[in-house]
Amino acid sequence: MAPTEAAVSCAGVVKRYGDVLAVAGLDLEVQRGECFGLLGPNGAGKTTTIEILEGLLAPDEGRVRILGCAWGRDDDALRARLGIHLQESQLDEKLSVVETLRLFRSFYPRGRAVDDVIGLLELDGKRRSWVGKLSGGQRQRLAVACALVGAPDLLFLDEPTTGLDPQSRRQLWGLLERYRAEGGTILLTTHYMDEAHALCDRVAIVDRGSIIAEGSPDELVLSIGAPHVVEVSFAGGAAAGPADMEQRLGGLPDVAGVRAGGAADAWTVTARSLHRALPALAGLAAGAGVEIEALTTRTATLEDVFVALTGHRLRDG
Amino acid sequence: MTITRLLIMVREPEMIFWVFVFPLLMALVLGIAFRSRPEAPVAVGVEPGAGTAALVAALSAHDSVEVVSIDPGATATALRDGLAHVVVAPGDPPTYRYDPARPESRLARQTVDDLLQRAAGRKDVWTGRTETVTAPGSRYIDWLIPGLLGMNIMGTGMWGIGFTLVVQRTRKLLKRLIATPMRRYQYLAALVTARLVLLALEVVALVGFARLLFGVPIEGSLASLAAVSLLGAMTFGGIGLLTASRAQTIEGVSGIMNVVMAPMWICSGVFFAASNFPDPMQPFIQALPLTALNDALRGVMLDGAGLIATGPELLILAAWGGGSFAVALRIFRWR
Repeated sequence: MAPTEAAVSCAGVVKRYGDVLAVAGLDLEVQRGECFGLLGPNGAGKTTTIEILEGLLAPDEGRVRILGCAWGRDDDALRARLGIHLQESQLDEKLSVVETLRLFRSFYPRGRAVDDVIGLLELDGKRRSWVGKLSGGQRQRLAVACALVGAPDLLFLDEPTTGLDPQSRRQLWGLLERYRAEGGTILLTTHYMDEAHALCDRVAIVDRGSIIAEGSPDELVLSIGAPHVVEVSFAGGAAAGPADMEQRLGGLPDVAGVRAGGAADAWTVTARSLHRALPALAGLAAGAGVEIEALTTRTATLEDVFVALTGHRLRDG
Repeated sequence: MTITRLLIMVREPEMIFWVFVFPLLMALVLGIAFRSRPEAPVAVGVEPGAGTAALVAALSAHDSVEVVSIDPGATATALRDGLAHVVVAPGDPPTYRYDPARPESRLARQTVDDLLQRAAGRKDVWTGRTETVTAPGSRYIDWLIPGLLGMNIMGTGMWGIGFTLVVQRTRKLLKRLIATPMRRYQYLAALVTARLVLLALEVVALVGFARLLFGVPIEGSLASLAAVSLLGAMTFGGIGLLTASRAQTIEGVSGIMNVVMAPMWICSGVFFAASNFPDPMQPFIQALPLTALNDALRGVMLDGAGLIATGPELLILAAWGGGSFAVALRIFRWR
């Protein structure tokens, strides 16, 4: 295999479940040493995509190459170079941490020492605990440990931090960064935008089975042309102030877009610059005779990118 | 992998109960219920009437009869509940009421008839000599133990393998395992091997228990017994694999297992001989794998048969095992 060959490359992948098109012609290229994120709401086709890449599902159409090999020939040799974490797998509850890892280690012709992996995942205190007695975060770390124990060249992670508390998530992120520092390649799916931002060199936003945007997190945020987000609410609720508030806000200088915010009486305004948009916003409020009750500004995130591209929020599915 | 599977099994306390304790308890209870005992007295009910006193006098004189007085209206109930095996209504000649479907009632009728005829003056032409045979090897418990063993081998193979597979499938663990370089046949082999190790202990426990407590003999060689058990276990492992090869839920596989096993519990001669069923059913019953296994086990344990003598049974087992294994591998669902 040429060293320059992409870690993952697929083109025109299609997968149907009956009438439902789960993956609708997906192209993807992940370079070696990269951390690549598939980002999207639940049901966008992320899991189906990653399982096709892992060789667990056969695509209806399209071409897949993993580390320069295709599925269907010498799969065992290819599997030995992959680390796979599945979203829903539950390990045997009556095995201890160290036994589970030894079992998985035994499947791989080469790999890390079990004790190394336990140390890496900070599971030392739980070596002899049964899997059934571990907390959610510990189980999730163990599942990742099982993927790492074969010293894979390429690591697939399907929603690795779903359901974890913030501390456990950060621990796991730290671990993945160390794996990458050693030259590993990661392909992960997530519906947490902050996770994608923190971990990934490049992300692809997936919606309804196809990629709607691809690039580094910063590029994507810039691509919507409005790096700032202002969330503003007025005293007295939405009823206060002029009825055409949305148009008026949209007409302010350097404002790129306006939508109703999370709360009924709040607006989310995306802006190209704050130094022009904010004074104008204050002037608008003063002119209309409404009081600004709360105002926060933040830098745009991948979440805003997703909303800008699809018109619906991530969590809406 | 094999070791891991064993560990998991040993850590399942319920499993220990069902595999080891339950069959032993069953053997113990049945062994006691059907223990060889001296001939019990027959219970004879006597209805009130003109000749009652004479009847009671004639019957009470003998140890082998226990007389119970019965109201005329309660005859049917007394017979049904086994309170009296036969009920005698006085008269000339007396009337015997009994259920001929019950062997003990037929026996009681015979005994009472004899006694009353003799009391009325009948002379026996001669009295035959009797000789009782209660040697180990010919009692019910001797016949029962191989049947229980067969049933256990079936249960272990079917539940142990089928159930584990479906549990792992619903937990998506099967999918996780095939995502590693592990070869699929290795997984199935480990599952079966771990079961076989456990089964070996189980067979030893049950046979040893039966031997110590009831003196159940093993006429054939231990090696033959081991070989038959092994083949049986593999056969039912294959059938277990087949029943679990597609099922997606625990409920689903439980249903299939019961459908597969129930006919064999009933028909295959675990508790009573398969020959009790009518002749037209016999070819089917004889072709059932549990019938073949039980016959082979009985052959080895009771008749001292070798592997050659039990050949037809072993062939049936091998055919079932090989066939279901092949089909199971073909249709097996890994995810």
